[in-house]
Amino acid sequence: MQISEAWLREYVNPAISTEQLVEQLTMAGLEVDSVTPAAAVFSGVVVGEVLAMEQHPDADRLRVCQVAVGEAEPLQIVCGASNVRVGLRIPAALIGAVLPGDFKIKKSKLRGVESFGMLCSEKELGLAADANGLMELAANAPVGVDIRDYLSLNDNIIEVDLTPNRADCLSVEGIAREVAVLNKMDWSVTQIEKQAVNHPDILTVSVEASGACPRYLGRLIKNVNPKAETPLWMQERLRRSGVRSLSAVVDVTNYVLIELGQPLHAFDADKLTGNIHVRYAHTDESVALLNGQTIKLDNQTLVIADDKQALALAGVMGGSESAVSDDTQDVFLECAFFSPQSIAGKARNYGLHTDSSHRFERGVDPTLQERAIERATQLIIEIAGGSAGAITEVTTASTLPQRSAVLLRKLRLEKTLGINLADEQVVDIFQRLGMSVQTQADSWSVTPPGCRFDIAIEADLIEEIARIIGYNNLPNSSLLMRSELGKATEALLDLDRAKDLLVDRGYQEAITYSFVDEEIQQAIAPDDAVVRLKNPISADLSVMRTTLWCGLLKAALHNTHRQQNRVRFFESGLRFINKDNTTHQQKMLSGLALGSAYAEQWGIATRKVDFFDVKADVQALFSLTGADVHFVAAKHPALHPGQTAEILSQQGEKIGWLGMLHPTLEKRLGFDTQIFLFELDQALLLNKQIPKFKSLSKYPSVRRDIALIVKEEVAVSEIINCIKDCAEATLQDIVVFDIYRGKGVEEGSKSVALSLILQDFSQTLTDPEIDAIFSRLLETLTTKISAKLRD
Amino acid sequence: MSATLEGILAQALQQLRDAPDLNQLDLVRVQYLGKKGLFTLQMKQLGALDPEQRRTAGQVINQAKDQFQQQLEAKKDLLQNAALEERLSSESIDVTQPGRGQTVAGLHPVTTTLRRISKIFAGVGFQVVEGPEIEDDYHNFEALNIPAHHPARAMHDTFYFDAHTVLRTHTSPVQIRVMESEKPPLKVIAPGRVYRCDSDITHTPMFHQVEGFLVDTDVSFADLKGVVYEFLRAFFEKDIQVRFRPSYFPFTEPSAEVDIECVMCGGEGCRVCSHTGWLEVMGCGMIHPEVFKAVNIDSETYSGFAFGMGVERLAMLRYGINDLRLFFENDLKFLEQFN
Repeated sequence: MQISEAWLREYVNPAISTEQLVEQLTMAGLEVDSVTPAAAVFSGVVVGEVLAMEQHPDADRLRVCQVAVGEAEPLQIVCGASNVRVGLRIPAALIGAVLPGDFKIKKSKLRGVESFGMLCSEKELGLAADANGLMELAANAPVGVDIRDYLSLNDNIIEVDLTPNRADCLSVEGIAREVAVLNKMDWSVTQIEKQAVNHPDILTVSVEASGACPRYLGRLIKNVNPKAETPLWMQERLRRSGVRSLSAVVDVTNYVLIELGQPLHAFDADKLTGNIHVRYAHTDESVALLNGQTIKLDNQTLVIADDKQALALAGVMGGSESAVSDDTQDVFLECAFFSPQSIAGKARNYGLHTDSSHRFERGVDPTLQERAIERATQLIIEIAGGSAGAITEVTTASTLPQRSAVLLRKLRLEKTLGINLADEQVVDIFQRLGMSVQTQADSWSVTPPGCRFDIAIEADLIEEIARIIGYNNLPNSSLLMRSELGKATEALLDLDRAKDLLVDRGYQEAITYSFVDEEIQQAIAPDDAVVRLKNPISADLSVMRTTLWCGLLKAALHNTHRQQNRVRFFESGLRFINKDNTTHQQKMLSGLALGSAYAEQWGIATRKVDFFDVKADVQALFSLTGADVHFVAAKHPALHPGQTAEILSQQGEKIGWLGMLHPTLEKRLGFDTQIFLFELDQALLLNKQIPKFKSLSKYPSVRRDIALIVKEEVAVSEIINCIKDCAEATLQDIVVFDIYRGKGVEEGSKSVALSLILQDFSQTLTDPEIDAIFSRLLETLTTKISAKLRD
Repeated sequence: MSATLEGILAQALQQLRDAPDLNQLDLVRVQYLGKKGLFTLQMKQLGALDPEQRRTAGQVINQAKDQFQQQLEAKKDLLQNAALEERLSSESIDVTQPGRGQTVAGLHPVTTTLRRISKIFAGVGFQVVEGPEIEDDYHNFEALNIPAHHPARAMHDTFYFDAHTVLRTHTSPVQIRVMESEKPPLKVIAPGRVYRCDSDITHTPMFHQVEGFLVDTDVSFADLKGVVYEFLRAFFEKDIQVRFRPSYFPFTEPSAEVDIECVMCGGEGCRVCSHTGWLEVMGCGMIHPEVFKAVNIDSETYSGFAFGMGVERLAMLRYGINDLRLFFENDLKFLEQFN
């Protein structure tokens, strides 16, 4: 909502500066977004009148004018505007004037003829973005008066960002009321007189939807002058309120909307068939709107109709067929109260938002309609003539909003605000806000005025008191709260610890959008059922990710395109997946690595990161919880079939994946290097074993190394599991310290060197005992996986 | 001293002088002082002499031996020092060469900011709770006193999956979820991702909020003001000016917007604060009775406050970041500045 400061100050004019006024409004909850001058800076421009005019001797397009500017002698000014004519009053810039853009007016010669000033258009004065011809002032504009004074241009446009509860401030009167309360002043309500009825004609109004339209006032105004021009003062006030001037009748309805907050609509009475009906639309009915759009209505939509058809979307927008036009002489003026519930959401459903719907859905004062229609009638007749008929009013008292008294308990007020207030102060605030107050023993019964839709419960009244006193004048207390001892859940690893570990191992944390490009999502996880947004912000952010890899790959690409050849990212967040008709929101921890294993440095030979580098990082995460997990060769559509491991818990739960991005995807996504990815289910990853102490052996441990030759297909994990399965009581640890292929080892086989740590709890192991253990192990290894001892 | 002894001593001292290292020196020591050493043999020969002569001759041999031993120790020190010097010099390195190994990365500035916020509130016993990001209409709107068609819904540009399922537009639904399942007193903060269908220079379709709320008997607006004020001073580590402006949220009443003195210009007025000297940093208020009703908490017995803040906004002010979109581009050149 934007209004002119000068207009506001006609209602209430506290002795405070613009800055103070703005601060006051903001601190009362009417947040001022901006204050802009009503006109650009210029000076030295007065009202002039063209007294005489002749053709320039040497230029077809120029005229030499004699212009009265309120001095003894008229000035000779050369002008090229097409609308210049004798008798026209226009803004005249005198010698020494400075126009917007620091344009100085000097005495000059145009094609040999002297010119002592310049006649101005609205554009040249910075009042409009463009113009064709001079700005035409009223015939009675006072010659010689400074144009800034004449047009009241020394004014500010105040833009207030109103919250949806404060519909009562969507008018100049509404804001004036608030300013008066804040400054403890009276304010002058617009004086409106009942207009004389000069003809007997009326249109009958039948309100069929009386719940949605508790009050409807209509009036015929006949014989208005369709050519009447909106006076400049009204045009200026509309301009400063952000409304474009259209025609006299429409301008008046807009003016009253801004002045009083009541939306009105004017129909061309000649285009109506029969009488007026306020009803819900019929199914499949449609209406052509003022904005050129034709919409199909549903039967929940309130319309204004004549006997034949729907004319307008009630409270939202008029129709083009019944609109006033350049030759409208008879006007049917509508001034109604539509209930907020009947308008709320309607405009939005049809993709519309109008000044009218904005007000009706927030609540228009249901007592305002008679004043508003009289005010509009008065202004129309003043500007465009015509004669008014009687007002037809249909009011259904039972559906009109009732303002009932709200009880405010003194104790509640004190407890909520943490302050004691004098009774008189409380009563005074409510009364100045237009509320009626009954003081009772330990409470007040407060009835809000019609314009306050937001006062219905005790808390609403407490807020009003707090707001008018000023939030910053209320006390601050230091925190006094019950406190309990904190929790220290040990069976759950803190996610922060896992994230810190990845950071320490060189992974930078990324945060990527939860919605992703469907094409990439489909390429990476073709088997996942995605959750799709109905109204995505763009096509490439249209589905919810089923894996965090989508975003991480995009982030990596952003960086490889910017000369980063080593990227390590991790992200934690939800993935969204449809399973069994429900959307699962699963917390994941995912990572990506590409480029060299270590940042370039002098002491380590450069090599690319590989599967086992990243596996070590993933294993480090599991070592935080002490979980014993399995990495099992598996297939994943996004990963290289020979470098993919599925990670399973001891119980076989699927914790996640680790692998190299499939070369096809690598190319398709635009990378030219190998990429390693992991993704882990946080719920399973963060499960922690609480440590359980085992006593230490007093006897020395023994390390024995063996090298085994096995077929290539035998996984290292199989060898280890085979040894573990033997359940040798003294076996403490197995370390793989070398894997060798080549000379001395048969093609298709590999040599795996293991170191076994043995320790007994009751004695020092002897060589024969150790030999016996090893021969038992070897026997099993030979039988189960055909391992041979390497010579 | 006998000529023989004198000869032995002279030879022994010469050998000491000639010994090039500690190994050689030890051989010399054994040659003279060992079981079969030359001085040892001299002592053994004393047995043939009469007691008087034995004592005199013994003293002479001991003197020679002492002399040898002193020289031996001196030479040993010399050689040990030389060996140490040699090692120290051979092991000297250029300590300015960079260290080796894996580099350390960092957390996203949003995470760092969230952790600081959590830490400040955890200190006074607030629990951190998370909620789902795909929310139902009830928790995101209805239960928060925002019925269908409420004008406040227009303030939230909502992403929909269907008529009843949305991407949460704020972290406030966590308030409802916690109050549905737990009884007061409650002290909770709920950080997380939120979504609005809006994208331009100052809006990204996803961002982070922290919702906080406290419910107990006798919680007042003064408590809310105190907590917010203390939090902002702790967060910015500065005694900044804070002001509360009346505002409107359907789920709180009274409602307030909180402004802090502009941290860029110190309140003088600059581009960042639109020359007002103030920056809006959070919304807050006393929990609305309708919200308590929705979760079956008696608003006569209990009262509470809630607040919500934008994490990116706080991070931008704290670190002087001038473009919101940088948070989600994940450019390493940006992220590494916060490591």
